[in-house]
This record gives sequence, structure tokens and C-alpha cells, in this order.
Amino acid sequence: MSNVENPALAPSREVAAPRPAWRIFLIRPETMTLALLILGVFAGSQLSEFFLDINYILKSFTLYAEFAIVALVLTMVIIAGEIDLSAASNMALSACVFAYAQQTGAPLPISIAIGLSAGLFMGLFNAFIIIGLKLPSIIVTIGTLTLYRGLAQIIAGDKSIRVPESFIGINNVFIGGIPAPVIIFIILSIVLGLVLGTTIFGRQIYLIGTNEVAARHAGVRSKSIKIILFATLGLTSAFAGLLTASRLGSVRYDLGLGGELQMVLMAMLGGTYIFGGRGTILGTFLAAWLLVIVTTGMIVANWLPAYQLCVLGVLLIISIIATNFIYSRTER
Amino acid sequence: MTNPETALLSARGISKQFAGIEVLSDVDLDLMPGEIHALVGENGAGKSTFAKILAGVYRPTRGSLSLNDQHVDITSPIVAQKLGVTLIHQEPISFPDLSVAENLVLGRLNSAPLARIPWQKITRDAQALMALLGVSIDVTKPMRGLSIADQQMVEIARSLASNSRLIIMDEPTAPLTPKEVATLFVIARRLRDEGRTIIFISHRLEEVRALCDRVTVFRDGHKVATERTANLSDSDIIRLMIGRPLKEYMHKQGSIIGEVALKLTNLTLPGKFHDISLAVKKGEIVGLGGLVGAGRTDVAQAIFGIAPAASGAIEVNGKLVKINSPTDAIAHGLAFVPEDRAQSGIFRTLAVEQNITAAIAKRIAPAMFISRFLERRFAQDSVAKLRIRLASLRQPIGELSGGNQQKAILARWLLTDPSILILDEPTRGIDIGVKAEFYDMIGELAAGGRAILLISSELPELLALCDRVLVMSEGRLTADIPRREATQELIMQAAVPRSTHQGVAA
Repeated sequence: MSNVENPALAPSREVAAPRPAWRIFLIRPETMTLALLILGVFAGSQLSEFFLDINYILKSFTLYAEFAIVALVLTMVIIAGEIDLSAASNMALSACVFAYAQQTGAPLPISIAIGLSAGLFMGLFNAFIIIGLKLPSIIVTIGTLTLYRGLAQIIAGDKSIRVPESFIGINNVFIGGIPAPVIIFIILSIVLGLVLGTTIFGRQIYLIGTNEVAARHAGVRSKSIKIILFATLGLTSAFAGLLTASRLGSVRYDLGLGGELQMVLMAMLGGTYIFGGRGTILGTFLAAWLLVIVTTGMIVANWLPAYQLCVLGVLLIISIIATNFIYSRTER
Repeated sequence: MTNPETALLSARGISKQFAGIEVLSDVDLDLMPGEIHALVGENGAGKSTFAKILAGVYRPTRGSLSLNDQHVDITSPIVAQKLGVTLIHQEPISFPDLSVAENLVLGRLNSAPLARIPWQKITRDAQALMALLGVSIDVTKPMRGLSIADQQMVEIARSLASNSRLIIMDEPTAPLTPKEVATLFVIARRLRDEGRTIIFISHRLEEVRALCDRVTVFRDGHKVATERTANLSDSDIIRLMIGRPLKEYMHKQGSIIGEVALKLTNLTLPGKFHDISLAVKKGEIVGLGGLVGAGRTDVAQAIFGIAPAASGAIEVNGKLVKINSPTDAIAHGLAFVPEDRAQSGIFRTLAVEQNITAAIAKRIAPAMFISRFLERRFAQDSVAKLRIRLASLRQPIGELSGGNQQKAILARWLLTDPSILILDEPTRGIDIGVKAEFYDMIGELAAGGRAILLISSELPELLALCDRVLVMSEGRLTADIPRREATQELIMQAAVPRSTHQGVAA
């Protein structure tokens, strides 16, 4: 009883000094992505003197722009605690539906509308099964990944379907020296960045991804928001599918094959947390560039594809370790 | 004060930091063989952290532990178990789909990886352990079906099976009924008499007094006293815990009771509750008592649209309303502070300010875009008004203590300016000092003309705060007791199911 302290002098241990601002800024996954990006540019410039040609990099980016565009929306889906692996198959099926409509004589605008509607419908179908029937999105979208790709093959068969000349070549349209797909990616990044970062809709996505039960208690319409996200992803995938069709000049069922992994890779590299609640559009934006820089750098340096794959794998693992480390430090 | 030669376990200078915040500083403590030792203190005072260090869940930042005068490094719960130290969690962690017997041998089945599992022996041993404890649990049943009390018994049996010398019980009685508490005490005493040491962490002083030989008080991460329980009065302990003299915290401000704000008529959700009819008036605090599992939370969730009732009517301010989701409920001016804070309340990893403003989307974003200025101002006002202790508004809410998290949740709902407030066990697991603040706040809210439905398992809380106490038992309302007639006995009588009515021990 002798060592009872004066309450006025007792330290209030919960009131620790807030973290300094520079640490909040520096210890973020996006910072890591940016650092890797700078490192990648530096390494690339050492590997080859031709690498630092901005036009070449922009051109290379058009090859990834379609996946990158979908990855932006996918980032929001992952932050909301879900995932959609069917996006690349959706791209293929939407493009096939578009090309098929075109082939049967529908005018171009109508065909485009049909292709986009197909994508939207696929997104809604995912949403219906995942939210309506309360099933895990990873399993459901592995199912629809296979289903959509199979339907694409039924429609297109083993042949390529030509698309009309007027539709071809979006990647050769330059606005201010920048290819149109890259412009679209940048604009969409800004728009979605603002939606996710500054609107109530964006905030509620984080709430749902952090704790869906609590979000529903707080009056967040989590089902509606998730349906909107899946539908948007479906529509965006279809759009990306049409961009790809325009770039390639023809449509085959294997368009964008394996693209879902590239999309997830971009989101993860950008620091999006696979279990939801964390991540930013900025991160995915930077990660898309990182992926392009690294891949292009290795191609310019004439590395064997096998080595390129290993580098990408290692990169992903490093980013996951770093992201996890950063989040676990801020957890307590 | 104590002779270190006889101590079972001695802690010296134990300190622990989380993210630079010192939650435990320089704790010295000797635990004797054959004693029940209480750890008390406000939430966040460091008692659970200390217990977890003993059990190997956390490693101390500084300090040393010795067991029977031998220096030990308790690096993990497995090491702790090998040394004979077991921590029994409040909500036991087990494998719900495995049988009781399987849970008992978990981690102790020392045989070759491919050896056959001796099922019969496992079952027989488990039955013997249960008999030793004097409880009748079918060890072949899965854990899932057991009551929390029985699950705790299994945990205790587990600690006996590994022949633990130190058993740490972290708030074991919180989810138990009085009868179950009595059983637990009998067993705890028997274990002590066998020479084992028990650490008993509790908020309930009457339990500490009834059970414990010595008591150690923590405050703000420091050990402030260790004494024989008999040498301290309740008010001594409370004074040591909160570091200031206790003011009379159980009080009820008189408020003017107006017309009916919330009226339920024959609300029914089969399997959960039946024919619930009640009314809460403006300015009135209506208590809803009963045992855990009586259906009180289900009624609250039905009113709030989380799990709507199958039939019956809800009227808000005299108008019949249809509430199918929390969004509807909020639109009608209802607010609900749920019982399970971690699961349905907080967004752990998000900033405190985002947690506080989670339910007022329209007010922080008048033109669709969130105004950082408005958000910070609402959060700051709430923090000041409810005296929430934090380092920064941008701190993840998970870093706050339980009481402060609960305040933040209450703040979230007060910002919606509700006319009807449903509080489900609002002071569960909250320390006495903050509890008093909560009682004051609830009183003020009622005085401000809000209708309050207070679900609580703590009888003194119901008696002190409520104008009327309703009691539920097995999904039905069994009593409506006005304030002046309400007693603990009356409430308990109505709360206990009819079939086991004669079995009321407390």
C-alpha cells in the first residue's frame, strides 16, 4: 500500500506521441512500389542503352494497358474483401460476342454495345452467385473463369474472327504523343483514385473490406456496393477486351489468356491486401508501370523468358513480404 | 513482503512495449504455490498483458522470470505448457468440430506421426479428467455444442492433463451464469488445495473477495499494490485501480418521461423469440435483463434490421415502420451499440476518425466527396465530449483500449443523433472508471429526451440506471418490473428458465 502513486503524476500510457509524418508517409506499400519502380528504371538503363526511350516504354505499356485498366477496378474489388479471377475470360468472351455480332452483320456501334452488355452481364452473374447465394468469390470466379472461356471457344471456335478495319488500331492512335490505351489507363486511374480515396462510396469499400458485419451495422449497404463493384469490373473487362481486339485486329477465344494473374499481380505489387480493407489505386497504378518496366527491361536485355518468369515471381513474393511486414507493423 | 525462496514463479522488472507504447513497466511479482492470486485493474492497465507474458503469448521487452528459482525463458505457449503454465482464455480457443476428448489431447499426443491413434485410451483419460473435476460432459460430443462454461471446464481439464502448476484464468466468469460461477469456484479452490497456483483476472470485486487469497492491483502498466485480500476493502481496491477516490457512480438523473418512442407488438422470430411486446418512452431507460442466450440480442437485432423478425409490428414515434436493414433503422432514428465490439463494432485497422464517422456518410460528405475538415471536426468533438484517450485521430482504433474503443462506437452512434438508442452490454469488459463515465453518459442521453433500451447482464447496472426492467427468459418476456420494486432477486427469478427453476443457487 506504500507505493500508491499520486494519480496526477501517473503517466497516461495510452497517450504516446503520434508517429512522425515522415514515417507515416515512408512506411507505405506504395512507397515500396515506387522505390522498386525507380530501381527498375535504373537497372533497365544499365542493361541497355535503348531502354530509356520513352516512346518505346509507352509502346510496351500498350501491351499491358488492357490488363492494367481491369486491375484498377479489381483493386477496388479486392479492397472490398472479394476477388474476381474471371476478368480475363470475360475480356475474351465479350470480345468474341462483339466480333460474332459484327460478323453476322450488326452495325459497329450496336456490336460494341452488345459486347459491353455481355461483359456487364457476366459481372452481374458473378455478383448474383457470390452475393445472392453467399458463396466465396475465389471459387465462384474460378468457375466462371472456365465457363466464360469455354463459351468464348464455342462462339469463336478455333479460328480468329476478323474485326472491321475501322475498328482496328486503337494502340496507334496517339494523343499528345501518348498511345490512347495509356491515356485511358491514366484517366481511369485518376477517376477511380478519386472515387476510392475521397468519396463516401470509396470509404464504404474500405469499411466493408475491413469488417463487413460492422459495416452493415453502420448502415452501409454492403451488398449493393459489392454488386456495383462486380458489375463495374464486368463492364471494364468487356471494354478492355474490345481494346485488345482493336489492337490485335482479330479475336480468338484465347484472347487475354492468363491475364487474371497479371491483374492480381499488379494489385498485389501495388500493396493491395489480399484479405481486403487495404490498398490504393495509386499503388496499382505504380505497379502496372513497374511490371512493364521490368518486363521490357528484360526483353531489351535479351533475357530468356524463363529468367523473366523467375524475376516476376521473385518480385511478387518480395512485394507480398514487404506489404505484410508494413501492415503488421501498423497493426498494433 | 514475501519470501522469494518459496515462490513458484517470480517476475522481476517485467516490461512490455507495443509499437513504442509501454503497456507494462517494471512489474515485480511473486506467486506462491497453493494460492489463488487476483489480478485486478482497469482495462488496459496491463493485467492481461502480464498474464500473456507468463503464458508465453507475448515476450517481455525487459525483465526476467524464474520458476522455482530457476531462470526461465517462456518463448511460446508450448514452452509455457511444458513448464506447467496454462492460460485459460475467456472465450476458450478450441477446435469446435473435434470432440471434447480430442481437444483435451491436442498437442500432447506424443507418438510417431503415423502411429494409430489410441481412441479408446483418449476417451477413457478424458472421462477420468472430467470425473476429477466433478463435471458431467460427454467427451465424445463435439466442442461446438458445449456452453461456454463447459468449454472452460474442458480448458481447465486440459491444464490438469498437462499437470500445470500455474493456471491463469483471464476473466473466466464474464460469460457464466451465477450457478456456473459457483461450480468454477469450487474447482478453483480444489486445485489450490492440491498445491497449484491460480491467477484469477476479474473485474468483479465480489468474486475476487470470495475466491482469492491475495490481490495485485495494476494501473497504467504499473503494479501499484500486492496485498492479502482480507487486508483491503472494496473501496481500497477501487481507489488503487483508478488512482482516485471513488465517487458514487451508480446514479440516475431524473429525466422527464415523454410519449412512446419505440413500441413493439408481438414481435416473433421462431426459434429466437416469441410475442415480444414492449414500449420505450422518450427520456426513459428501459432495462432488458436475462441470462445469456435468452434472446435479448436477437430482439435488438430484429429491431435494428440485422435479422428482422418474422412477424409482429414495430412502431417508431407512433408510426408503423418496416425495418429490413440497419440502413432503414438508422433512417428512422435508431442506433444500436452491439455487444460484440470486435465483430460488429470496430474497423480494427482503420483510423479512429474513420471509425467514429462510419455511420454519418452524408454529414461528412455533403457533396459526395468526403470533407477531411468535417470528418476531423466531428471526430475531434466526439473525442473531447466522450473523453476518448488516444494518441492521434489517425491511429488505428485497434490500438486503443477496450473502453476507449467502446466510447468511439458510442460516439459513432451519437453523431447520428438517434432518438432511440439500443445498448447491448455497453459496459462489458470495461473498467470501473470508464464504466462510471458510461453511466453518466447514458443518464445524460435519457435526460436529453432519447429513449434507451439497455441490455445488460449486470444486475446492479440495471437496478441503478433503469426506470423499468424487463426480463427475458427462453425467448419470452417474463417480467416488467418498475424501478422502485426492482431487486436482484426478482430479476433473477424471472430470468431463470421455468424447468430448472428450483436450481437457482445465486
